[in-house]
Amino acid sequence: MKTMFVAFLAIAVISVGANLVLKQAGFSSQERTLGANVQLDN
Amino acid sequence: MLRAMIALILTLSFLSTASAQSADAPDRSATGGAQTVEDIMLRQRGEVVENSFRSSATGDPDSAAGISNQLGTLGGTSDPELWRAVRFGSADTKASNNGPAAAVLIQDGGMSWLKFRAGPLATYGGGLLMGMIALLAAFFMYRGRIKIDGEKTGRKITRFKAIERFGHWLLSGSFILLGLTGLISLFGRKFLIPTFGHETFSFLAVGSKWVHNNVSWAFMLALAMIFVMWVAENIPHRSDINWLRKGGGIFSKGHPPAKKFNAGQKLIFWSVIVLGVSISVSGLSLLFPFELNMFAATFSKINATGISSLLGFGELREVLAPHEEMQYAQLWHAVVSFVLMAIILAHIYIGSIGMEGAYDAMGSGKVEEQWAREHHSIWVEEIMAEKGIAPAQAASVKAAPVAVSPKKVTAKKASPKKAAPKKAAPPAK
Repeated sequence: MKTMFVAFLAIAVISVGANLVLKQAGFSSQERTLGANVQLDN
Repeated sequence: MLRAMIALILTLSFLSTASAQSADAPDRSATGGAQTVEDIMLRQRGEVVENSFRSSATGDPDSAAGISNQLGTLGGTSDPELWRAVRFGSADTKASNNGPAAAVLIQDGGMSWLKFRAGPLATYGGGLLMGMIALLAAFFMYRGRIKIDGEKTGRKITRFKAIERFGHWLLSGSFILLGLTGLISLFGRKFLIPTFGHETFSFLAVGSKWVHNNVSWAFMLALAMIFVMWVAENIPHRSDINWLRKGGGIFSKGHPPAKKFNAGQKLIFWSVIVLGVSISVSGLSLLFPFELNMFAATFSKINATGISSLLGFGELREVLAPHEEMQYAQLWHAVVSFVLMAIILAHIYIGSIGMEGAYDAMGSGKVEEQWAREHHSIWVEEIMAEKGIAPAQAASVKAAPVAVSPKKVTAKKASPKKAAPKKAAPPAK
């Protein structure tokens, strides 16, 4: 059972980590579709 | 056999020819090349209308009237021709935002995707899952819990190491989360909004999307782990044929011999690997929109084989709008996921309430020796031989001190070590 909970914790850690990495990598739809004349969050 | 195959190929060829003939373009000379009543009737009947006569009628700038002449300012393209070009994706569209989808103003294939997603996909996909649950419930009522037939020994055999169980739970935990959030995305509008309202569903939908996108990495990592750890033991073996022939002993008394993974488990393993990889690839395509387009290239390869025409589907489209690539990826992702979810429901059933002692393999990693002998007899013999341990001594240090019945001892292989006084032996594996 311990291994199962460790694995579930790992899912949470991997998910949060993946989210942070992808955010840093600039792969959000917003960033991918921005253009010189399209600015969001400004 | 050869004659039957030739007959089948000829039949399919005739079918495809007949299909092609029925799709012959009608005579449009009366309308000057524009659509006819027959085209409209075809569309109203929901039949396919060959649209090339419209998609190519997008004006002719080279023979435009002079700028000062009547209609000269249109540049050789009338309004209907301009909108036709927009509709069929051939207009020279400029957009301020970036991305391949930005310049597509009308995405013609979107409705087919939407209809399929809301119709057959939801209906048959949901039906498949409900059907599997009903089938398992019926099986449980008929068969009950599959018990350990023999007397329990109280001895435990290590079946899966901690790293193997970690990989399994990483895969299963992530798959369940992905399955649930995927179902919320597909069925949310239909079932959750009427029940919980828009605000609650909005929270659920945003959360589901986040979970689905990010948990996918744990799933892919676990899939790779599982493949590396278990592929060698899941290669088909001749004992699998016998196991399958006897239905794994599920419907009868007795247990066909099996190695560490029986044929049923091997089918589950390869289903998870093949379908899981397919789901992962289509998922990556959706995760990075327009970066990983697969379907136009796949359709092109299928066309090259001629299979599609042979089966009467004609040539598949080799030029797809960027959105269409995503729509096909989404449909494929969902269809394959439904199939895998149905398979995994059966796996969860047999690994939990369906069979006594099965859960321990992934719970503690140690299984009752008698259970192992009944369901994986070849594996038990292999690990005994590997460790040089007599079957009766294959007790783990933690095994409860349970007396072994004389009947049981005589049933095992005669070994000089068996007669030796029982002492703490190392775990079997």
